This record gives sequence, structure tokens and C-alpha cells, in this order.
Amino acid sequence: MASFNLKINKKKYTVEADPNMPLLWALRDVIGLTGTKFGCGIAQCGACTVHLNGDAVRSCSLPISAVGDGEVVTIEGLSENGDHPVQKAWEEVDVMQCGYCQSGQIMSAAALLEKNPNPSDEEISSAMNGNICRCGTYVRIREAVKKAATLK
Amino acid sequence: MEIIKTHYNRRSFLKVSAAAGGGLMIGFNWLMSCAPSDEKGTLAMPDEWFDINAYLKIGNNGVVTIYSPNPEIGQNVKTAMPMIVAEELDVDWGNVLVEQAPLNTIKYKRQLAGGSQSIRQEWKTLRIAGATARRMLMEAAAQKWQVPVSELTTDKGVIKNASGKTLGYGEVASQAVSVEIPEEVQLKDAKDFKIIGKPTKNVDNKKVYTGQPLFGLDIKREGMLIAMIAHAPAFGMRPKSVDDSAARNMPGIKDVFTITTLPDGIEPQWSDVNAFKELVVVVGDNTWNVMQAKKALKIEWEATSELMSTEGYEKALSDLLEKKADKPARMDGNPDEVFKKAAKIVERTYSAPFLAHNTMEPMNFFAHVTADGAELLGPIQTPEQLRTTTAAVLGLPQEKVTVGMTRQGGGFGRRLYGHFGVEAAVIAKYVNAPIKLVYTREDDMTQGTYRPAYKVKYQAAIDKNNNLVGIKIRGAGIHESPVFANRFPAGAVDHYLVENHSLDSNISTGAWRAPRSNFMAIAEQSFLDEVAEAVGKDPIDFRLELLDRAATKPVGERNDYDAARYAGVLKLVREKSGWDEKKDGVHRGVSAYFCHNSYVAQVLDVVMKNSKPVVQKVWCAVDCGIVVNPEGAKNQLEGGIVDGLGHTMYSEMTFKDGKPDQNNFHNYKLIRNSEAPLEIECFFVENGIDPTGLGEPGLPPAGAALANALYAATGKRLSTQPFAKSELAIITM
Repeated sequence: MASFNLKINKKKYTVEADPNMPLLWALRDVIGLTGTKFGCGIAQCGACTVHLNGDAVRSCSLPISAVGDGEVVTIEGLSENGDHPVQKAWEEVDVMQCGYCQSGQIMSAAALLEKNPNPSDEEISSAMNGNICRCGTYVRIREAVKKAATLK
Repeated sequence: MEIIKTHYNRRSFLKVSAAAGGGLMIGFNWLMSCAPSDEKGTLAMPDEWFDINAYLKIGNNGVVTIYSPNPEIGQNVKTAMPMIVAEELDVDWGNVLVEQAPLNTIKYKRQLAGGSQSIRQEWKTLRIAGATARRMLMEAAAQKWQVPVSELTTDKGVIKNASGKTLGYGEVASQAVSVEIPEEVQLKDAKDFKIIGKPTKNVDNKKVYTGQPLFGLDIKREGMLIAMIAHAPAFGMRPKSVDDSAARNMPGIKDVFTITTLPDGIEPQWSDVNAFKELVVVVGDNTWNVMQAKKALKIEWEATSELMSTEGYEKALSDLLEKKADKPARMDGNPDEVFKKAAKIVERTYSAPFLAHNTMEPMNFFAHVTADGAELLGPIQTPEQLRTTTAAVLGLPQEKVTVGMTRQGGGFGRRLYGHFGVEAAVIAKYVNAPIKLVYTREDDMTQGTYRPAYKVKYQAAIDKNNNLVGIKIRGAGIHESPVFANRFPAGAVDHYLVENHSLDSNISTGAWRAPRSNFMAIAEQSFLDEVAEAVGKDPIDFRLELLDRAATKPVGERNDYDAARYAGVLKLVREKSGWDEKKDGVHRGVSAYFCHNSYVAQVLDVVMKNSKPVVQKVWCAVDCGIVVNPEGAKNQLEGGIVDGLGHTMYSEMTFKDGKPDQNNFHNYKLIRNSEAPLEIECFFVENGIDPTGLGEPGLPPAGAALANALYAATGKRLSTQPFAKSELAIITM
């Protein structure tokens, strides 16, 4: 057990836990932010995607001891009122089916658009390839990313 | 206008007297009762709620809450079912909140997600619920105004009388609860629908896109512990001895023990499929700590039955395809005779592997068992069946067990088999604390109720005039043959033989999105393409000729499809896709299939990019009768196509000595974003027929449309799934 000071969604949290505990479980079980999802535990499905210093990372494979004083943003902190352009686009396009993977999809899309405001079709697919959707909403995800690029 | 008997069981109508005031909440809990579900979050909450019936309550300010009875697994019934109630209630959809109802077999009829049946089977019930409430509100207004109810009209939650006076539903709701339930009500004409048929967004969009707790895995309760299970690594094994000394002493661990979830003497239901009934359980304070302790368990396993390998059952299935069945499942005419005389015989064998469901949310369930009873909450497609088994296992009467449903991170059939809910209850009772059982992805993937491995051999006899005169189909699969004896093209061919074989296995199997159809559509529709080519006909013309035969002069007594509706979707997809205009460099495939009461035809275009095939566009034509929510319907079809293409191309489960070779997404491939079609366009036949479901029907034809397009592109007929593995040289999307 050790103590970690994490910066999540602009708030500070002190977490007492095993240094190897992945950020995912610190978020979900210790801090109580369950918007970040558990899908595979091995960084293959993208359901657990959060931002660390603006980069999309897989929180299931990131030990809390490696977070340091990095700024973590989860789906709960992406916007104040759920009105980030990506969230708005996801609503407009009515993307989800079961919805379980979508917070990870949204976090990947938001990180992409932050770095590349006008991605090509290939760039969108490539950036979103790490996020699995068993329901098969990929066509709508691409459309929503494109829409988000036009919203500000 | 249709007048219909309400047939209400009096007990099913929850009535609250005006004097009793506020909402009577029965069995609604945490996840269901907290925040309103409206899209904007701007609806003002009423001071009082009035329960009109089991499906809805009305606030004194006119806001309406509609309970969605069935499990929501991504098929979007939580939006579509309330839309149907709201239509007949005649309210503004923007004034409606939706809540998931818990299991209540007194109030609701069929709280099950399966077989694409929710909309089809509940269509009338939901309409009657809305229409009855509307009628009661009108009667309350009529009493108030002292006018006959026949003089009143409604629009968007407002009642109007002949002199132009109006009353909102909220203003008469308190009186409406004491109005006698009408014995018959009028349903709207389809032409008057204002909500049904209008593209309507998912009611949970906002909550999901902002990460609010909705799913089973998000449940948290005071004093709740986390439980995980270790099951045998191979089908046919059980735990022999457990050394938990290391695990017990790890941080946060409360207990380690072994359970039997379905003891001898309890008769299993159909939904109790599960290969691993003896489990080692670790309980602790958080998921990570329990995962670590689970890894520290030293368990010796022993084999109690045959340990099967893919090689073995593949050969056994192939052998069965060479064996005549004792009794045909269907025989028309004299197939042996026409095959003897045939000028040409076309033959091909199709095969497909086991598939895991891989819902993105792994299996999990919350349970709390006290002296007063058991509370279960989580993702389950069969809450009623879960309650029955749990009550039996815990030795409780049914009424002492409650089952609530969370939003579910996918179902696809996996959550029909609720052993994980029973396990949660047994564990909660043992540790005497509320617990949440959590499966890792590995736990989930290696103890599935898999789509069985299947094989089918198709043969077609063509006479000297180039007519298809006979078809023979012989199927074999684990636990069941995939072949439907009375589906198309049965009824369209004079000489027809179907034979079925099955192979026993201790590998557990179950329904997987569009059971059997998910394989048969690919085999049948690929084969018909090959036969069309052999007789020199256009693939759509050829199918339409067969359907015309089935419509005008059907062969045999029982053909489980409507040939005219089948032909209708083929004609629609031909028109919309511009099938008859060939385009350079574009390779097209067509496919049509009927299952779960809906008809779907697809045309799929492949283009070669750097000598690799890319699915450029899929056109999808559907006949599901009235389309309740066109936006949700299209989403289901698009998803079904992507899911169908992905599994046909990439996915498989294989086994070595009973042990699954795949256990997570690094070795089990699901289709990814860049592999999905660039574009999908859906079209619906408009015929006003009562609606049927769409959770499954979009999936089966997709793999065949792909196979047929790839044949057009490469000249190679693909028949062994997953295509990417067996024909890797040509297929990488």
C-alpha cells in the first residue's frame, strides 16, 4: 500500500492503494468515477480510455504509480455540462446501441480532435481502431467524429 | 380505428387513490428511480405523481413517466417500447421520462430480451396501456366538465371539449386514477401516428455520453464487497483441491471458498446452461485486490469427462455429413431420383467455428441476501428465469426474490443464461454481505455459452434444360443441427431433402445473435449464388423465380416464410442499389434472409484497394412491418451488418483438450473501425403490417453478401469461416 495524489478532472484525490493498481480500478472502485469502463484489462478494447496530459491512454494498463502529477481527464470531466463537441455530436448522430464502449470511444475521439481538428477518413479510422464496439456502431462513430470537427 | 378489449387483469393495474397522493414506488431502486431520463435534463419535476397503470404515471404538471418493461441490451427497446405507449396516450414525447421497470410478473407479460420479440409481442399490450390511460384521463375530464366523453379530443397531453375548453393531463391525473378501467378502448389509425415512425434518439444518450452509472458493473452499495470466481480451465474439469493460503493473506481479501451453484436435486431450466458449477470464490474490498488474490490461488483440477479438441469435433462433424440421417427432417418429391438423373450437380460444404458472445461489459451481478429475502440487480436478459432458479437454489419463495435490471453492455444471447446471477446470490448468502460478482474478460470468454460449431453440405441437381430440380441439405453441429427444414428454398424446389445430425459435447453452447440463422444464411445464400451461376441466371432474378414458385405453386405443406414479402425486399434492394447497372471495378454480392419474423436483403459492394478488398457500401432493404423508431431500426441494421461481417471474417473459438485457445481480445479478433463498411444505407418496405423485431435479422445475410461479392472480385468461393483465416491470401480488409 502507498499513498498517491492524483489530479483527476481538475480535482485532487488522495488514493491509498497498491502501487500496481491500474488507474481504471482506482477511478472505479476507490474514487467512484465509473464512467470509465472495464472491458479487457489488457489494453486491447479501449473501453477504459482516459486522457493523461491530453493523450488518450488505456487506464486498465496504467499503474497509479505511473500517473505522477499528470492531469487525468475522464468522461465525467470532459465537459462541465456534457456539451463537449464530441458529446454533442454523439447525441446528434445517435451513435450508441448498448453504450458500454462509448465513453472510451468519445475519449479517443476527443483526443484525436484536440491534436488534429480536421482528420481525414483514414486518420479517423486509424485513431479509433483501438476501441472495439461489439454492437458495430463504427459507421456512426466515424460520422460523429466528422460532425464533432464542425462543432465548436 | 380499432376497438380492442383491454383484458386487464385487475391486479395488474396499480391504482393509487387521489388521497394517497404521491408516487407509490414498488420495487424501484437505486439505478431506476433517481434522475429523470430526459435528454435535456430540463423537465420540471412534478410535486405529485399519479400511477395510472403498470406502464405509466402522470405528474400534476403533465410530465409523464413511462416504464420500459423489457431488458435493454442495446436493441433500444427502452426508447421504442415507451414510444408505443406515448403514441396511444397521445402525449408530447418531449414531456416523457423513461424508467426501466424491474421484474414484475404480475404487472408485465414477457420481460425477456431474446428472439427479436420485444416489439412484436408487446406491440398490442403497450398500445392498450397508453390508450387505456388516455381514455381514463378523458373520462376524468368529462366528469369535471359534466359533458359526454365522446365530445372530447386529445392532442399532446391536452384534452379539449366541444366548446374549446382545455385541461392538461396533469390537471386531471388525480381524478383519473379512480376512474373505472374501461373494458374496451380505441386504438389510433396508423395514419394518425405522431411518435411511431418518427426518428427518435436513444433516451439514455446523455447519461451514457457523460459517464453516469447505468450498467451492472457500475453498481456500488454501502458495505458492498467484490467477488470473483475461478472456474476450471477446461470444459470437462472440476476443482480437485484448493490451496488458498497465499490468497487469503493478501491485502483486502475477506474470504476464499468453494461453491456449487446448482446443487443436485434442482431441476435446471433452459436458461441454466453452464459448464462450471463448482467454483472457487475470492471476496475482497476492491476489484484489483481480488484479481491479485485470484492469481495467487493454487488449484488442482481433475477431468470428469472427455476433454474435447477442435481437431476431434471437426472430424466428427465432417463424418456426420457423410452419414444418412435415420429420418429426414423434410422430404419433398424424390430427391434421390432427380440427383441420379441430373445433368449437373453443384455441391459445397460450409463450416463455421464456435463463437464467444463477447459483450463489451463482462458478466457481473449484484446480490444481497438477508433473512428477509434476496435482492438481485444487474444485466440479465431473462430476469424471470433468474428469479426462479435463484429462489430454488436459496430455498426461498419466489416473492422473496427481487430482480432489477440495469442497462446492459450488450447481450447477444449471452445474458439469457443467468448462472452469474445465481452465483452472485449464493456468494452473497455465504459471506452475509452485499456483493458484486465481477468476471474478468478471461473468465467471460473461457466459459461461454458459445455459438456452436456447425457444418452443412448443400447439393443441387440441375436437369438438362438447366433447371434447378432438387436440393439436398445435410447439417451437423455441436448440440444441434443448424438447418431449418422449412425455410426457403424449401417450398420452391420440387425435390427437397433435409437431414440433421448433432454431436454431444461438454462445451456449453447457447443462443448467439440470430441462432443458427447466423450460419445458415451464409451457407444458403452463398450456395444459391453458386447455383444461379450454374444455371446462367442473375442472382436476384434466380431468387425471385424461386420465390415466385413458392408463392404461386408451393411445394409441400409447411413453408415458414411469406414468399411475397421475401421477394419484396429483394426487389427493393435491387432498385435502391442500382443492381442492374454494373460499375467498373466494383464487385457486388447479394443476399436475402428471413428470420425472427423480419425480411432483410442486402447488396454489398467490394472494391480492391492495393489488391485488398474493401467493403465500400452495403444497401439493406427490410420488411419489419411498421417501423416504430426509424433511427433505432437503422442503427440495429447497421450494427447487425458490421457484426455479421466481422464474425464471418475474423472470429473463432478453438479448443485443445477442453481448454479454449482464446481468452481475450489479443487472440480473439473482433472487427474494428477501419474494417467496417465505408457506408451503409437502409430502406424499409412500407406496408402497415404490425411490427416485428430487428435486433437479429440484419446480421445473417451480411456474411453471404460478402462471400458473394468476394467471389465476384476474386473468383474464389469462400465457405470456411472465419474467411480471414482459411483464405488469408486474399482477404484482409
